[in-house]
Amino acid sequence: MSVVTLHINDEIVSARSDQKLLEVIREQGIEIPTLCHMDGISELGGCRLCLVEVKGSNRLLAACVTPVQEGMSVYTHSERLVNYRHITMELLLSERNHTCAVCVMNGHCELQYEAAELGVDHVRYEYMTPDLPIDASHSKFTLDHNRCILCMRCVRVCDEVEGAHTLDVMGRGTNSRIITALNRPWGDSISCTKCGKCVQVCPTGALFEKGSSVGEMEKRHAFLSWILNGRERKEWHW
Amino acid sequence: MDKQKRKKKIRLATAWLGGCAGCHMSLLDLDERLIDLFEVVELVYSPIADIKTFPKAVDVTLVEGAVANVDHLELAEVIRRNSTIVVSFGDCAVTGNVTSLRNRLKIDDLLTKVYHEGPGTAPRGLEEDGIMPALIPKVLPLHQVIHIDGYLPGCPPEPDHIWQAVSTLLDGQPVRLTQEMRYFG
Repeated sequence: MSVVTLHINDEIVSARSDQKLLEVIREQGIEIPTLCHMDGISELGGCRLCLVEVKGSNRLLAACVTPVQEGMSVYTHSERLVNYRHITMELLLSERNHTCAVCVMNGHCELQYEAAELGVDHVRYEYMTPDLPIDASHSKFTLDHNRCILCMRCVRVCDEVEGAHTLDVMGRGTNSRIITALNRPWGDSISCTKCGKCVQVCPTGALFEKGSSVGEMEKRHAFLSWILNGRERKEWHW
Repeated sequence: MDKQKRKKKIRLATAWLGGCAGCHMSLLDLDERLIDLFEVVELVYSPIADIKTFPKAVDVTLVEGAVANVDHLELAEVIRRNSTIVVSFGDCAVTGNVTSLRNRLKIDDLLTKVYHEGPGTAPRGLEEDGIMPALIPKVLPLHQVIHIDGYLPGCPPEPDHIWQAVSTLLDGQPVRLTQEMRYFG
């Protein structure tokens, strides 16, 4: 594997040529917010929080899907980026009904955490307050569209790790919805193995275990690297 | 708060719009710090004090609750006119929170669901009947109605966070909360 040299915030950094920017930036100990990225599943570039500036490009690029290149110069926290991340977070919060106070994930939610981290103490946009359903037809889990940010971690983990592909996405733009079993109630699905991977990777309260009340749901992300290390390297350490 | 420097007491008001009073309960949970607070402030309007009209020349007003009806709209505007600093106090004022859960329903559907199909006589909806203030079509966060100078999220905000915000405000500084004090919910 060849090595490339690049600049991150004016510091010289070397990276493997197959790496993506996000990984290299994090290796440098630089914190950069993400909501759709998760170690162990494919990259999506969906949440747009990891946007970075690359010298010579007018467009902001999602660090999670941008490959490193020899000689590139990357900025992770310019004024423009901080501003856009703030706006992105406000738009995420305004699109659906994220009522933290009555959410199962209150206090453990990645969206709530990142909002505080990015300094979002109020939302300048009008809330869309869409009328969205909750699918509670599954015997173990509930899908609450009100809390979904369409990061698609659930879709990817169900397809790539569990191999079931019970979950998918339907519709365009703000009408996009996570669907189960080709848009039938989750409880009717014959492909769902009830493994719960989708629930554990979900950053918000959109997917949760039945029986959880406000603030009671906590997600265990570590299970994914445990499974993948076991499968790929035959190392089973919990 | 530097008590020596200040001779004239700061005129503090707190108001209660569409909320559950939990933010005011949390304010009362300042406990013995309330004594320190009242050495430097005079409470000129509050649901926990028996004052009927919102006074003029208020220095700082903490507003709990979202804007849900025409009375809230009116009071919000008076608060803005008569206060130097207005703070959105708690999640309902900041985001709409639980009060805004009704926004997915039309007002008529809402009243039908809650009252007409329930026991007792139903209040009127959009029209003012002189007793119940008319609901506005969508519950709004306070900053969508009036200009806001500071935000104190939380459901309710922790007493320590209130203390942090109020004491910096009374020192003439803008509300600046650390990350752990900024959480919604």
